Amino acid sequence: MTAPKPKMDLPSPQSQTPPADQSPPPASNQPPEEPNAIWLQRGAIAIALLYLAAILFLPALNVFIQAFQNGVGPFLETLQSPDFQSAAGLTLLICVLVIPVNAAFGICAAIALARSQFTGRAFVISLLDLPFSISPVVVGLMMVLLYGRRGWFGPALEAADIKIVFALPGMIIATAFVTLPFVAREVLPLLEEMGTDQEEAARILGASNWQVFWRITLPNIRWGLLYGTILSTARALGEFGAVSVVSGNIIRKTQTLPLFVEEAYKQYETQAAYSAAVVLALLAAVALILKTVLEQVLSKDRGQKSE
Amino acid sequence: MKISALNPLKLPWNWRVVIVYLAFMLLLPMAALFRQASSLPFDEFWGIATSPIALSAYNISFGTAAIAAVINGFFGTLIAWVLVRYPFPGKKLVDAAVDLPFALPTAVAGLTLATIYSEQGWIGRWFAPLGIQISFTRLGVLVSMLFISLPFVVRTVEPVLGELDHDIEEAAWSLGASRFETFRKVLLPQLFPAMITGVALGFSRAVGEFGSVVIVSANLPFQDLIAPVLIFQRLEQYDFEGAAAIGTVMLLLSLVMLLGINLLQAWGRRYDRS
Repeated sequence: MTAPKPKMDLPSPQSQTPPADQSPPPASNQPPEEPNAIWLQRGAIAIALLYLAAILFLPALNVFIQAFQNGVGPFLETLQSPDFQSAAGLTLLICVLVIPVNAAFGICAAIALARSQFTGRAFVISLLDLPFSISPVVVGLMMVLLYGRRGWFGPALEAADIKIVFALPGMIIATAFVTLPFVAREVLPLLEEMGTDQEEAARILGASNWQVFWRITLPNIRWGLLYGTILSTARALGEFGAVSVVSGNIIRKTQTLPLFVEEAYKQYETQAAYSAAVVLALLAAVALILKTVLEQVLSKDRGQKSE
Repeated sequence: MKISALNPLKLPWNWRVVIVYLAFMLLLPMAALFRQASSLPFDEFWGIATSPIALSAYNISFGTAAIAAVINGFFGTLIAWVLVRYPFPGKKLVDAAVDLPFALPTAVAGLTLATIYSEQGWIGRWFAPLGIQISFTRLGVLVSMLFISLPFVVRTVEPVLGELDHDIEEAAWSLGASRFETFRKVLLPQLFPAMITGVALGFSRAVGEFGSVVIVSANLPFQDLIAPVLIFQRLEQYDFEGAAAIGTVMLLLSLVMLLGINLLQAWGRRYDRS
């Protein structure tokens, strides 16, 4: 932060505007206040908030209003329906299976990339980003072409009596695909910042690889790990396109919560659709709150280290 | 630690995990897609990939996503500006809410946007008397792409804006530059790489978007049918060749976009080392 500077006696920068303001500028980072500036500022805030209202706030508010417009009764009714419960259970199951695997992979990939220099390193990092830029439908398509009955591995899988597409394994792999980069991306910069001094010191003092990992590396990356895990959980809970292609959307068998929302909407069961939507929206809100809190923890952590 | 002379057996175990997992998760599925696409003679592949319905779907996907990304380039920068520079009540809440499209499942977004922008909806009813229908038209596709790509611009511009040095702005002011000149000649050149990167990231996300668009649009060919929905429909009809041909085009285009974004980010960081 630079200290505010005393105003020098130069020709007024606002020579076109009437000389309404002779007072020194406030000692903050704001540009000097003048009537025009205040209106410009208020106008900018108003336009930004209006746009956000149209695109984000009203749609978010609408989820809650539609879900509870007939009271809590119909909402609870949906929550008790077997279709909803099996969809919620399946969504949770997929998350529980996918998140730890991707977190473990993310740590491995981040350590591997942070602790080595080689040509093509930038290529591997952008390869990691690939799942972010591929359309979820194309992800699902690739899974069908690989594991489906007419896919590449189809005959072999059928011979072994393993069903992947239109079944749980396919949905797990598709979800793992779309959430692959999150943890690695968040942990990698922390590892690069941390350097290798502490790890080398521990090794010289006789620590084993596992001890170094548990006592030195993991405590240093824990918040980034948690942050990446939250992002990937939010994505896994809501993944629609890829899962929709590989699931076949069989009610009570391969229907996740987002698929339940779409199916109910298509069947004109608006109440059921919004009841499930509100559950997902609440989970998203929790993820956002945790994310905001963690961002503060992370920046505080960084501030302490740089001191 | 250096990788010992690229001998796969001497690689550290974490590298082996990474390579096996990436091969299994990323490379194998992509290979399966290319395998299916190349099972067709090239003429036939090209015929499907550039059939009128496919061309119109690319046009709607890429065209609408480009419009959405540019609109968000403006509003996203404005929102980032307001969040960094101006105090107002509820700012923290607004700041956190900008990430909502990252967290809210796309099916939920599609559901609520379709309702709000329908003829009886909170926003749609103001447009209906003007003869403008939003939900179930290409405008609905645009709205859901606006929703999905907004945070990319805000979150890319925000940190750059936060680090800008006020001294340069003040220098411009005290040398007699008007507010507009200061913005155009001093601020914009510094913000521009971040804005373009944010727009590109948002564009890339919007092009692939499926969940919200499939609910908000009517999915009519030549009107509001986007390429991912076309792939989905081809799969539903067990037309694997058709789905693979269009999917390959989409995959190649997303690889190109990924490369472009990486170059853009490198360009944006070109002065960092100084």
